[in-house]
Amino acid sequence: MEKEELKLKITELNTTATFDETGEWLNVTVDAKDWLPFAHQLRNDPVLVFNYLFCVTCIDWKTQLTMVYHLSSTHDRSNTVVIKINLDRNNPEIESVSSIWKTAEFHEREVYEMFGVKFLNHPDLRLLILPDGWEGKNPMLKDFDDPVNMIRL
Amino acid sequence: MVEEIGTNTDGDLLINVGPQHPATHGVLHLVITLNGETIKKVEPHLGYIHRSIEKMCESLTYRQFIYVTSRMDYLSAHINNHACALCVEKGMQIEVPARAQVIRVIMDELTRIASHELWWGAMAMDIGAFTPFFHAFRERESINDIMEETCGARLTMNYMVPGGVMADLHPDFQKKVKAFISFYKTKIDEADELLTGNIIFQNRMKGVGILTKEDAISYGCTGPTARGSGVRCDIRKIYPYEIYNTLEFDEVIETGCDSLSRYLVRLKEIKQSLRIVEQLIDNIPEGDFQAKTKAVLKLPKGEFYSRVETARGELGVYIVSEGGTTPYRIKFRSPGFSNLSALDKMARGSKLGDLVAMMGTLDLVIPDIDR
Repeated sequence: MEKEELKLKITELNTTATFDETGEWLNVTVDAKDWLPFAHQLRNDPVLVFNYLFCVTCIDWKTQLTMVYHLSSTHDRSNTVVIKINLDRNNPEIESVSSIWKTAEFHEREVYEMFGVKFLNHPDLRLLILPDGWEGKNPMLKDFDDPVNMIRL
Repeated sequence: MVEEIGTNTDGDLLINVGPQHPATHGVLHLVITLNGETIKKVEPHLGYIHRSIEKMCESLTYRQFIYVTSRMDYLSAHINNHACALCVEKGMQIEVPARAQVIRVIMDELTRIASHELWWGAMAMDIGAFTPFFHAFRERESINDIMEETCGARLTMNYMVPGGVMADLHPDFQKKVKAFISFYKTKIDEADELLTGNIIFQNRMKGVGILTKEDAISYGCTGPTARGSGVRCDIRKIYPYEIYNTLEFDEVIETGCDSLSRYLVRLKEIKQSLRIVEQLIDNIPEGDFQAKTKAVLKLPKGEFYSRVETARGELGVYIVSEGGTTPYRIKFRSPGFSNLSALDKMARGSKLGDLVAMMGTLDLVIPDIDR
C-alpha cells in the first residue's frame, strides 16, 4: 500500500494522529492515551492487518522519551508504519500491547529496564537483561553515568 | 533469587537450567516450572553476556561501530557487518560498486553455510548424537580457512565497511571456494543420510515444540524458526538487498510447525546457499571493491532502518541521527531475542527432555540475544 493510501486509512482510525513522510516509511504520532485502542484497530483492521511487530524501542530526547513501534503485515509486506508516542520523561507511562503482539512482552521489558518506561497492564514487568538491584537505574538514558563500568573513547 | 529454587506454592518443582549448561550454547539461564516431568512454564533470564552494545555505539563513529557488531551474532559476523554497512550507506546514499556487492553476497552465503553447519553438529550433540559434531566442524573449518585468507580473521571478520569491503579478495579465493563446493556437495548429502532419516532422531523431533503460524508471527519469529511454521519471511526475497533479486534461489518453507520442520528448513537452506555461491563464484565483476567515501562519515538528520537475513532471521539496524559523526540512538533488532520469546509457548506441556531439542532448533546464539 502506498504512503498516501495508508495515511488516509489511518486518519479514518485516529483523527488526531499526525504524520511525517520524510523517512522511508510513514511515521505516525499519536497520544499515549489513544495507543491501546489504536493498536487494536491496526491489528484487527481487515485491510491493514498489522500483525507483525518487528521492532519496539525508545529514544531519549533529553526533554521527552519517544516510544517507537515498527509495524508490518505478513499479508502485504509493503504495509509498514512507524508509530511514535511521546512520553513525559519524569513519569513515562504507557499501556502495554503484549496482549495484541506477544513479542511486545520481551521488548517492553527491555525498554522498561533500559529507559524506565512503565508499561501498564504488562503481565510480567520485571528486569530481563539487567541483574537484580538495577531497578530505577536506567542505563540507556542520556544522563546515566557509571564512572566505574563505562568505557568511553 | 531465592524463590527460584525448590518448590512453589502449587507443589511444582522449580529447576534452573544454565547459565552454565552445555545445552544452552552459552550463558543462558532458564527457570523451569515442572509438574512431574511436564513443563508448565519456561522463564528465560538474560544478560549474562550483556555488554550494552547499543550504548557503546552511541559514542563510536559510523566507521567504528561496525566492528562491535561482529561480537553480537558471532556466527553471522559478516551478515551483522553487512546490515550496519547497508544502514550507513542508506543514510549517506553511497553507491556500492558491483564487485563489492558480489563479494558481500558470497561472503554472506558462506557465513550462512558455516553457521548452519555448526548448528547442525551442535544440535545433533544436544540430543545425543556425537558423530555429526565432528563432521560439522571439519566442514566449517574449510570455510573458516577461506575467510581467514581474505579477511584476516576466522570469527569476527569486520570485512564489510561503508561503501564496500575492506580489502580485495585473496588471489586464491575463487580456486579455494570451488574446491570447497565440490568437496562439500558430497558431504551435505552424507549429513542428510547420517541424521535425518535416523528413527531415534525422527522420534525426538517430530511433533515436538509446536509453534503455529499465528504464534510465530505474533512472537515476531523470523528466519528458519518462522519458516518451519510456514511463514514467508526471507528478507532476501521480500525486501531484496544488494543483488539478491537477480539470483536464483528458493525460499525454503516447511509447514510441520515442529522441531523437525525447523531442522529441515536449515538443512535445505544450506543447499540454496551453495546454489547462490555457485552462481556467483565465476562471475565476480572486475572493478573497485570499495566506493570512494569521505574519511569522516556524517549521516544527515533523520532515521534509517536496514534489515538483512542472517542465519537466524531478520536483523534490523535502526539508526537515529542528529547529523553528527556518531549515532544519537542505535537499536539492533536481533532475531534471537524474538525467537527466544517463543520458547515458553513451544515448551508448555511437553517433557523436560524435549526442551533441549527445542532449544537446539531455535539456534540460539546468546551474545545476539543479550547484545
